[in-house]
Amino acid sequence: MHRLMGLSIASYRVVIRPPEPIGYRYRTDSPVPTYQPSATVLRSRGTKRECESAVNSKRPVNLDLGKFHFPLPAITSILHRISGIIIFVGVAFLMYGLDLSLSGEDGFNRVNELLDSFLAKLIIWGILSALLYHLVAGIKHLLMDAGIGEELESGRLAAKATIAVSVVLIVLAGVWVWA
Amino acid sequence: MGMNSVTNIGRNGIQDWIIQRVTAYVLALYTLFLLGFFVTTDVDYQAWSALFAQGWFKIFSLLALLSIAGHAWVGLWTVSTDYIKSAMPRFLLQAACVLVMFVYVVWGIQILWGL
Repeated sequence: MHRLMGLSIASYRVVIRPPEPIGYRYRTDSPVPTYQPSATVLRSRGTKRECESAVNSKRPVNLDLGKFHFPLPAITSILHRISGIIIFVGVAFLMYGLDLSLSGEDGFNRVNELLDSFLAKLIIWGILSALLYHLVAGIKHLLMDAGIGEELESGRLAAKATIAVSVVLIVLAGVWVWA
Repeated sequence: MGMNSVTNIGRNGIQDWIIQRVTAYVLALYTLFLLGFFVTTDVDYQAWSALFAQGWFKIFSLLALLSIAGHAWVGLWTVSTDYIKSAMPRFLLQAACVLVMFVYVVWGIQILWGL
């Protein structure tokens, strides 16, 4: 018997199968050969997966987000939100520094002294990192407004580019703060 | 409706969306300008205070400050509405965020115009 990409040739009988759904096996031992859940999947999931029962249920169900696998574009979106909250809090630190630095030459030098401490450097790098990430992810959003990066593949690519560009910028900001 | 339409800045989602975009462009420009200033200038007190002494930069800074307030209002409203289900804690958090933004704006005006 030869098998090639789902095509079985056995005793002049040719069976062309559609691709197997995940967790399903082609069962020839049942009266009508068909796709049925594989034994391992049945064992591991008990009765039904949570999302399946949620979809089929008549009652509204809050999905347990902790159990879901998040694709990269979802992760970049959540990071965009988290970085926004960090910036909102960080503005207080930046405005304190701006106030002090513009109060006079003594105040400006005081800000420089403060920025010598490890903790202040860490806070500034944290705020800069959030700001740079939020800026890059925000530019991606504005490009999506223009219809760029809205498809599945280009969206994944844009998410990868967002991570890559912001990691480079965050490292550069770290060098600038700590050097 | 109810609590939600009381605490968002625009009267509807389209207004929120436009506010988020317009302020995003202002803030991106302001951030890139300041980054460029730090990269190209050896920043000492003279250069720093001279920048903030210029009228156009005071106005640009005030515009950025108001944009932060509007942008954060829409953003934090969206995020808190997504994650906080019960109305009263959500209302209190959103009101607290708006209060903080108001303080930022007043504080910023005091800094920029040396009040």
